[in-house]
Amino acid sequence: MLGLSKKDLNLLFIVFVLTMCAPFILNPFPEGSAMAQFNAGYPDLMQRFVIFGIFAIGFNILFGLTGYLSFGHAAFLGVGSYSAVWMFKLLSMNVIPAIVLSVMVAGLFSVLIGYISLRRSGIYFSILTLAFAQMSFALAYSVLTPVTGGETGLQLALNDPRILDGAASSAGNIPVPGLFGLEMRDSTFLRLGDWVFTFNVGYYFSAVIMLLSFYLAIRIFRSPFGMMLRAIKSNQQRMNYTGLNPKPYTLAAFVISGMYAGLAGGLMAAMDPLAGAERMFWTASGEVVLMTILGGVGTLIGPVLGAGLIKYMENIISKINSEILHGWFAFMPDGIEDFMVAIVYPFIGKGWHLTLGIVFMLVVIFLPGGLVEGGQRIARMFRRKKTTQDNTPGTTEPAE
Amino acid sequence: MDAIILQILNGLDKGSAYALIALGLTLIFGTLGVVNFAHGALFMIGAFCAVTLSRILTISHTIVDETQKDFLGNPLKVDVPYVYDWFGEATGNVIIDWAVPLSILFAIPVMILIGVIMERGLIKHFYKRPHADQILVTFGLAIVLQEVIKYFYGANPIPTPAPDAFRGSFDFGLMLGFDANQIIYPYWRLVYFAFAAVIIGAVFAFLQFTTFGMVVRAGMADRETVGLLGINIDKRFTIMFGLAAAVAGLAGVMYTPINSPNYHMGMDFLVLSFVVVVVGGMGSLPGAVLAGFLLGILESFASMGAVIDLLPGINQIIIYLVAIIILLTRPRGLMGRKGVMED
Repeated sequence: MLGLSKKDLNLLFIVFVLTMCAPFILNPFPEGSAMAQFNAGYPDLMQRFVIFGIFAIGFNILFGLTGYLSFGHAAFLGVGSYSAVWMFKLLSMNVIPAIVLSVMVAGLFSVLIGYISLRRSGIYFSILTLAFAQMSFALAYSVLTPVTGGETGLQLALNDPRILDGAASSAGNIPVPGLFGLEMRDSTFLRLGDWVFTFNVGYYFSAVIMLLSFYLAIRIFRSPFGMMLRAIKSNQQRMNYTGLNPKPYTLAAFVISGMYAGLAGGLMAAMDPLAGAERMFWTASGEVVLMTILGGVGTLIGPVLGAGLIKYMENIISKINSEILHGWFAFMPDGIEDFMVAIVYPFIGKGWHLTLGIVFMLVVIFLPGGLVEGGQRIARMFRRKKTTQDNTPGTTEPAE
Repeated sequence: MDAIILQILNGLDKGSAYALIALGLTLIFGTLGVVNFAHGALFMIGAFCAVTLSRILTISHTIVDETQKDFLGNPLKVDVPYVYDWFGEATGNVIIDWAVPLSILFAIPVMILIGVIMERGLIKHFYKRPHADQILVTFGLAIVLQEVIKYFYGANPIPTPAPDAFRGSFDFGLMLGFDANQIIYPYWRLVYFAFAAVIIGAVFAFLQFTTFGMVVRAGMADRETVGLLGINIDKRFTIMFGLAAAVAGLAGVMYTPINSPNYHMGMDFLVLSFVVVVVGGMGSLPGAVLAGFLLGILESFASMGAVIDLLPGINQIIIYLVAIIILLTRPRGLMGRKGVMED
């Protein structure tokens, strides 16, 4: 079905179910309970999960398949955001034209940058993309202020033309992005006892787009084109000798991943119609690298997991403060309680970056395949146990 | 004319910082073949060595001074640094005033130790892995180091002034026959430039004129053969890593009066230093130094009013622009060696 093998179809189905039920899955703790702070089922965060999932899926097409490590991918995300906001300002608050434009602009931008950067490989490619992204950031921050809004960022205003919608909503406010009358920020709530589940239009819109881009990524991974990209990673020279030119394939991968980043940027603007230059800063590019590596580079589901993990840490772990910690360890004697809090405190709250850095280093050192490899190893361990149990003493092994 | 001289001078101190960091990066890359993204963090740690020492020197105990009265007429409580007790007040003041230069002595052993621990503990295991992995793990290490510093010192920049003697500005114009106040230049930046020149000279002399340096250079050229000759090249390369860390740290120590250290200053410098290394040519020490000064001076020329009027925003992007042009036209950088990371 859908041109996928059974295994991929299962994976797609699992991702489909997970994203569609995310408001339930991410909200396992009842409102008002001590664990409620671990609930991630609020619209803003769920939107970020899927949007950064898209970003990471796209990055993985470039880095995971071709092995080209780009340190400037956030530039495309930023460009996508800017173009989406401009579409909101000029044409209409409908998100479809905005997202289409942001993908197209990011695509064009990545053709330009990719064409130049891909003349080199290895660390030089990383530095070139980094240089381009930093240039875009610096320009967006200073000279291009009329286009990008400079330091304050690009925002909607009441006197924007908005040719199709009119400048202001009926109430006289700045209109909000929507999809044919459905406002992105609309939510319905479902109350089941103490649990409150939020179903947000923007989240479901992004989730559908994420599923589409995930499907597209699977098709790319399994296509002959994906095969070519893997060939570039494993041995470019051999590919040359077989009479294939790797350049167009690499450029295509670069542009595709740039368009994914633009899509993510457009979606970010659609959820919250403003765009700032800090989205293009190189640490933002570093973040998507972290996500992809943490999840598992070159795997299908890994980048999405990594994006989810990092965004969860950023939003949930960072909110834990020392009082909450004292609450957790309250059952211990006072001295030990203070001691435990003192030990744990640097790693949570504002220090969550430290945890992230340590986890990231551990993953790079011990689990180059990321969380996915970790999961596979654990699964294999269980399977091995099973097979050893199956080996009842009666069966004989061939002597080898 | 005076504007040009002033811009060259302005470029020198930034260029010295770039050159020092790039020199360390190249030392590590040329010897161990490792792309060290944590080098900016080493620069930052160096700067915080200066902060630490000036804090240590001002550790005080409170005494009640009978000669002074507060506004209620009670004897005033005064914080007296221990340094006063040991060396007397005058000498103590001088020591506290000179905390930044004194930190050099403090920073060298600390940075060498950190460098050696880093190499033996982490980087050693990454020689055989692809460059992408090395970049990633050192990038993670940089985040960790940065966060540790942030935890202990907070997120705000910590002003660390230069000694009183260097706080003023020097009127260069008078020396060259211009009017007074035409070309003035802070003393400390002159000191920084001179210091960078000394360090760079010392590193080159060490590599060029000592037996140890000779072995290291031989190892850079052909590691295997040197190993086959019965020389423990790994040990020497570890020491070189410590040395490179010390160079970065010293660059950081002396930079504190110019720019108050904060926990992300390393990352800001790292990106630029990488660009510098690539422009100079991977693995070429003279190239790194040359490119450092060149880009520093270019950057300060690009921030001249006249140039900005002509090409707005050029001061922000000039370094990257030059890097892109050089990488595309001279694949090996300015002075890159043949066969070192050419793809």
